[in-house]
This record gives sequence, C-alpha cells and structure tokens, in this order.
Amino acid sequence: MSRSFSRRLFLQSAGALYALGATPGFLRRAMAAGTRTGRTLVLVFLRGGADGLSIVPPVGDPQYRALRPTLALQPPGSSGGAVRLDDVFALHPALVSLMPLWNEGTLGIVHAAGLTGATRSHFDAQDFCESGTPGLKSTADGWLNRAMQRAPGPEGAFRAVALQPTLPRMLVGDAPAVAMSSLSQFKLPGGTGGTSAFDALYAEAVNTALRTTGLETFEALREAGSAKLAQLPPDHGAEYGKAPLARRLQDIARLVRSGVGLQLAVTEMGGWDTHVGEGAERGQLAQRLGDLGQALAAFRTDLGERWGDVRVVVMTEFGRTARENGNRGTDHGTASVMLVLGGGVRGGRVVGGYRGLARSALFEERDLAIGTDVRSVLWESAAAQLGVEDPSPVFPGFRPTPAVLG
Amino acid sequence: MDLMPRLSATGTLLLVLGCASRPVTPVAPSPDPLPVPAVNWTREEQAVHLLNRLAYGPSPSDLQHVLDLGTGGWIAEQLDPAALDDSVVDRQLDVFPTLTLSTAELIARYPRSKKAKAAQTDGEEVERLNAFRLPRQIGAELVAARLIRATESRRQLEETLVDFWFNHFNVSADKGAVRWMISPYEREAIRPHLFGSFRDLLGAVAHHPAMLFYLDNWASTREGFTAPKRGKLGLNENYARELLELHTLGVDGGYTQSDVREVARCFTGWGIRKPQEDGTFEFHPLAHDRGSKRVLGIEIPAGGGIEDGEKVLDLLAAHPSTAHFLARKLAQKFVADDPSPALVERLAQEYLRTRGDLTAVYRTLFTTAEFWSDAARGSKVKTPLEFTVSAVRALGGNTAGDVAVYQSLTRMGQPLYRALPPTGWPEVAQPWVNPGALVARIDFGLRLASGRLPGTHVQLPALDGAAEASVDRAAAAVLHRPLTAATRATLLAALGASDDQGVFDGEQRKVDGPRLVGLLLGSPEFQNQ
Repeated sequence: MSRSFSRRLFLQSAGALYALGATPGFLRRAMAAGTRTGRTLVLVFLRGGADGLSIVPPVGDPQYRALRPTLALQPPGSSGGAVRLDDVFALHPALVSLMPLWNEGTLGIVHAAGLTGATRSHFDAQDFCESGTPGLKSTADGWLNRAMQRAPGPEGAFRAVALQPTLPRMLVGDAPAVAMSSLSQFKLPGGTGGTSAFDALYAEAVNTALRTTGLETFEALREAGSAKLAQLPPDHGAEYGKAPLARRLQDIARLVRSGVGLQLAVTEMGGWDTHVGEGAERGQLAQRLGDLGQALAAFRTDLGERWGDVRVVVMTEFGRTARENGNRGTDHGTASVMLVLGGGVRGGRVVGGYRGLARSALFEERDLAIGTDVRSVLWESAAAQLGVEDPSPVFPGFRPTPAVLG
Repeated sequence: MDLMPRLSATGTLLLVLGCASRPVTPVAPSPDPLPVPAVNWTREEQAVHLLNRLAYGPSPSDLQHVLDLGTGGWIAEQLDPAALDDSVVDRQLDVFPTLTLSTAELIARYPRSKKAKAAQTDGEEVERLNAFRLPRQIGAELVAARLIRATESRRQLEETLVDFWFNHFNVSADKGAVRWMISPYEREAIRPHLFGSFRDLLGAVAHHPAMLFYLDNWASTREGFTAPKRGKLGLNENYARELLELHTLGVDGGYTQSDVREVARCFTGWGIRKPQEDGTFEFHPLAHDRGSKRVLGIEIPAGGGIEDGEKVLDLLAAHPSTAHFLARKLAQKFVADDPSPALVERLAQEYLRTRGDLTAVYRTLFTTAEFWSDAARGSKVKTPLEFTVSAVRALGGNTAGDVAVYQSLTRMGQPLYRALPPTGWPEVAQPWVNPGALVARIDFGLRLASGRLPGTHVQLPALDGAAEASVDRAAAAVLHRPLTAATRATLLAALGASDDQGVFDGEQRKVDGPRLVGLLLGSPEFQNQ
C-alpha cells in the first residue's frame, strides 16, 4: 500500500470525524501528523496455552487421530468437519469466518511456532514471550516497548495502547503506553476542566511511575475526549458481536480509523487452558475460537481499505500435548500456531517447519516440536509495521529467520 | 538449567525435615507488646505506616487505637485475632445467607440458571419459585463480605492475610463449579489457617474441592483407569505443576518435569464426591496410581494410597525452597516490591527453625529494621482493593459492599475472586499503574467523596474555615502528612476555579469539600502506602 493512498484515506476519516463533531483543534493536530507511517501492529495474546493442534489440525498427519481419539476433528468434506487449507492442514470449523481472509491472501499461518528454551509454566512462558528473553528473568522491560523506543514516528498519546485493564509485560518500559479497559470508560467526570487539577497534581508526583503515567493519562484523556473516539460506529457493516475481544478490537479499529497515530495495539483473550473437556467441533475450545474468528473478521471488515495498513498477530505462550490426556483435554506443551493477518502478509499458506507427530519427531516424546521461533514472526511484523531496523536490542542474542510470511 | 546440583545440595535437608512428622504446634502469641525497633518518626507516622501495611490503611478509630496501644502492643493484639471481639461486623454479615452454607446447600439453593428457569416454568406456586436464586448471588455476597470486613473489621491483619493467602492459593469463581465452592473455600481452607502452620494451610487447600476442581485434580486418575460413567481417564498434571511452582517451591525451586508427573501420580484419586451435587472431598482408591513414585529424589513406596499426597505435602512444606519462596512473597507484600536478600533469608530461616509456623514468621517480619525503614515507608503502590478500602477508611466510612464498588474494582483491573490464572493478582506496583486504571481510581475518589457511590457512606472532615486551613485539615485527615507547597497551591487553585460565583461581600468563601477530598483521594500521594 502506497503512502499517498493511506494518507488519502486518513484525510477521509479525519473528515468523517469532523462531521461527528470533533473540534477544529483536534483536526489541526491530526493534519500536522500527516508524516506518520500510518501503519499499525496489533498483537492478540491468547492466554492459557492455546491448542495449535486443534486450531489448525494436521488432519493429513497419520498420527493425528491416534493421538487424539476424542479430540481429533472430522476431516474436511465431512459435515461440520474441519475446513481444508492444504494437503496436511485444516482450519477449525469455528474459525470459518476467517476463510475469506485466507482466500484473499491476508491470513497466513505459522505452524509449530514456539519459544526456544521451552518452559511449561504459564507464568514463565508468558513472561518470556513478553520480555522476549527466554531463560532470562531479570529483563525489566518488554520486547514491544523496546521496539517502540526505536520506532520512528511523532509523539502522541495513542502511539501504543493496550486494550486491557492492566499494562501487559511486553509493553512495560521507557516508551509511553496507555492501558485501558475500553475507550468508553476512559474519561473523567467534569470533562477536560476536571482533568486539569489532577494533571497538575501528578506533574508533581514524587513517585516516577505515577508521574509519567499521569502525564500519559491526561494527554490521552484530552485527545480521546476532543475526538469523541468512543462514539465512532463500525464501518462497512461490520458485526462485532458481544465477546470481550470483539469490543476491544472494535476500540482498536476506532483508534486506527480516527487517525490518532496508533502504531501499536495489544490485547488479550483468556480461557485457553483446556485441561478438561476441550471439545472438538463443538465445546469449550470451539466456543473460544468462534469468538476469536468473529472478532477478527469484523475487525477486518470494519477497517475496509485501511486493512492494508494494519497487521494482526495472534499468539499464545505454548501449545499443548500432542496426545490428549485422561480428561478429554490436553496438558501444557511446547509449539502451537500463530495467525498473521493483514497488510503485507503473503498469506493463504501454512508455513513454519512442522515436523509431524511421529514419536521420534515430538519434543521430549510428548509435544509438537518447535519449527519456528515466535520471535522470528514477531520481529518480521514489528519491522514491517513499526519501522524498526535492528532486531538485536529488541530480541537480544536472537537472529530472526527472514521472510517467514512477509 | 542447573536443577541437579540444587537437588543434591538440598537432599540432606530434605531427609531431615521432609520425613519428619507434620510440623508445628503454633505458639500462642505473647500478649506483651512486640519489641519494635526504634525509629526517628513521630508516633503518628509510625502508626500510619503500620496501618498502611498490616491493615487497609488508617481509619480515625484504628489510628487512635494504635496510638493508645503503641505499635508493638497493636501488632501483638493483631496476631491473636480470636481474642478481638468483632461482633459488629459479624452482625452485618448476618444478612448474607450464602456465607455459612456448604457447597451442597449452595448448589441446591442457587442452582444453575437452566434449572432455575425450568423451575419457573413448571407452573408451581410463587413460594417455590422464590426459593430458587441465581448462583451469582454467592459471588456478590462473598465480595460484599470481603469489602465490609476489610473496611470495618477490628481484625485488620487477619483481613490483610486473607487477601495474601487467598491470592497465593488462588481459585477463580469463573471456572465452572468453583462458583459454588469458592465461599466455603475461603471459610474452610483459608481463614482457619492464617496464623497456624503452613503445612496445615497447604493441606486444607489441597483437600478442598475448590482447588481440586480449579486445577483439575479431581479428574486426574492413574493411566488407563476407566470410570463408570465417564469412560477412560488418566493423569492430569495441572495441580501438580502449580503446587510445585506457585504454592510451595517456586518456579526455580529445583524440580523437573519428571517431578511434576510423579507428584501428579501421588495425587491421583484425590477427588470430589458428586461435584454437581455434593461437592465434598473424597479419595477414590480405584483411581489412585498404586505404583511407587520418586519425588525430588525421595522414594515414595508403592501402595501408600492417600498418604502419597500427604507425604508430598510434608516434603514440600519442609523444603528450603518453599521457605525462601514464601519468605520473599511475604516480604514483598509487607515491606517492598523488591525486598533485600538478607530480609528474605532471615524470614526463611525463621520458617525453617519453627517448621513453618506462620505467626513466628510474621512476628519476625513486623519487627525487622527493614519493615521500619525510611526506604519502606510509602514505597508500595496500593492494589485496587487496598486503594478502594483505604479511601473509605480514611473518611471514617462504611460500606454495604454494593456492586458499585465491585464495578470500580473491575475498572481498576481487580475484579475480586475472578483472577483467572493460578498466579492470582500481582503484588508489585507496575501492573497496576497505567492510564486506564488511574482514571478509574480518580473517578472512584471523586464519586466516593461526593456521596455518589451507592451503599457506601463517608464523613468528610469539617471544612468550614478559610480555604487554606480547609486544605490543610483535609490533607492531614486523608494523607496524614503535610502538603508540598506546589501541591497545596494546585489544590487551592482548583478549588478557587470551581466556586467563583458563590462569593459575596463580607462572606467567607465556602470550600467545595467533596471536590477537595476527591482530589486528595485521586492524588499520587494517596496511591502509595
């Protein structure tokens, strides 16, 4: 997507905002920000260890059904079965809403993605995925914050946003970032006048974290208030549904469409720790995937032509055991899948170095082995969307594999 | 990973401590004041620090009480909560019927909504319909009780420890049947063991259906076991892993994947009697793996039955890694986000010396120089729960624990009893300090001070004098410290801006009390403790 094209779209959306009653002051600032790259990276973290072998089941792998007598999905072609992707892989039927993206080539799948130096603890695995330094717990900041510290682009209250109540570890660090449950709740009583006294109080705070957080907060409040961001309706007839992830992605779409300079958005979805009663075509996992698929599909629809400026990466902390456990569920494993959607993705294919489920191919004879380090996928998208050039400060000591999906 | 050297280094200790019989008869706390180190603070400053850490912040009455007893006397009193009359709070909790019911009674009286609906459409009379209530009532009453106790209980340390240990052994009301088990869990597994031996607490948690369900152990059986109605089952590692990582040794505590599996085998058969109906602990001998196991290098012989699990708990409770892991978490909760290794070591040694007597560890912790250091004072950011309750207490208020408070907590990032991961809520400041949460805190303070929080009432300090004097009086009551010149000027300017129209010749300007107090509650100073 050329820059002039995205700039034109940007001006259109700014015009739409003006019609909704945004102040001229906001418009002036937005116009002045025309030098922005206009690209956005969105990261969706599935917390709990999502089962890649059910999300993108290797229905063509001869071991698959044997390892998962009750969890294996029906092969493509059977009623309600998995949706064919290629000779080996299929998509979970609850994600069928993503097939238009697969067909248009803006959905790519990395199978057997995992973090080298595996740990099966949720806490540690998430920590390492977020710090970007597996095995090293002393890392204070998150990899996305290190990337943002090096990303070109004008300052702005909404450069990096987490749509969740607490700031995720991957965004912790010196680069400013805003966390909020939702745009509609991000306001103070009394409007901008009510904000100024607190602004002054926090400017004097002794505690550095509170002081800098205060500065970020009040700038973002002013901007969100003057732009009436929370009221922007979905475009192109997008239907988000009611799942929490859908509402968060809708807010991210609002930030993208209103041109406030969003470069990075992070959000999360829980409930993937399927030890018991995981389900196959229907059930616990299928329900989660239905919510995920609908939210992502609506997000894509809502963005229209801006979709080319946005890239979404969906990841989890680890995959689950190749063999189902005694409770029709799966235990903590190693590699899983990553979904990469949006602009610049050479999609419509499953990549990643999947080595199969034969006993000898499994990691420690129990888990899908890692074919691609998650950092390679993350780096590729961060470089493309944030304009960061050197991977070494972002992922110290790691050399990314080039061109996974880009 | 260098797990092996660690294991061999601790192996000897394990033999000594691990195989001993259950540790600890808790020592009755001394009624005498504890020897608190001398500090260069005023008596009020000492009392405020103590109440900020061992209580949910200073209330006017508790502050006076600490000043009367002295810090050492107050700590001693708090370490023996049973001796404190708490009947005022107990009477308030009488209006919540779910708090005393068993899981079986809760399932029967607050059934799943489908059953409730079915009952409402079967055409029976109104009284019968009214007997069915929604299960969400259980959670609402539990939240309300926690908020009321935190705000008004005289046993403030006990309430602080409920927060700490529930969080350490977290279960989430959002996971299936836990909803009917979570209230009994706090009442039966957590509250009775806060001041006793860690082994008793660990055992009560391990046996409790809420934990067995939350971490799936109820469904874990020996490989190849076939259950009558549920078909072929097998091993589930979830509880075993979190038991080692989060409840006892800590993630670097020196265990391997093989230990996780062996511990899981030891706990096979620890189940729940009719989880959808009865919900009490039950050991299923047929589901138990009767083979021998090897945990942390210790042989657990074949045929031990339910005792396999008890042996594992003995071993873990006595393990030096557990002592250090718990010591660090306690120091983090009560002293500083990054406590000194020396403090952690000292607490761990006290834990090992007393075989896990928690009261002995608390006593050491609250009388260390680090607890009473300048560096510790005001250094911790309040969690949303601490912030919310301390705001009500600062204004001498009370709460009925209405849903409005719960909604505020959710916006700040802490929906009580619903932390989904087994790690519970974070104790350190960083995850709580962010713009969205800050907005929610400021909003809460303004609504509380202006009386717009249903079910919660506060008394604003009397502010009828000049603006300057009012600001100083309100700051003393809420923050317990003098304002900086800059903050004072900011507050005066903010108040001046809001009531320009109300000034008449010769009449004293009246300060907007709710706004002033709201500003103080939302100020950076009040976010710290």
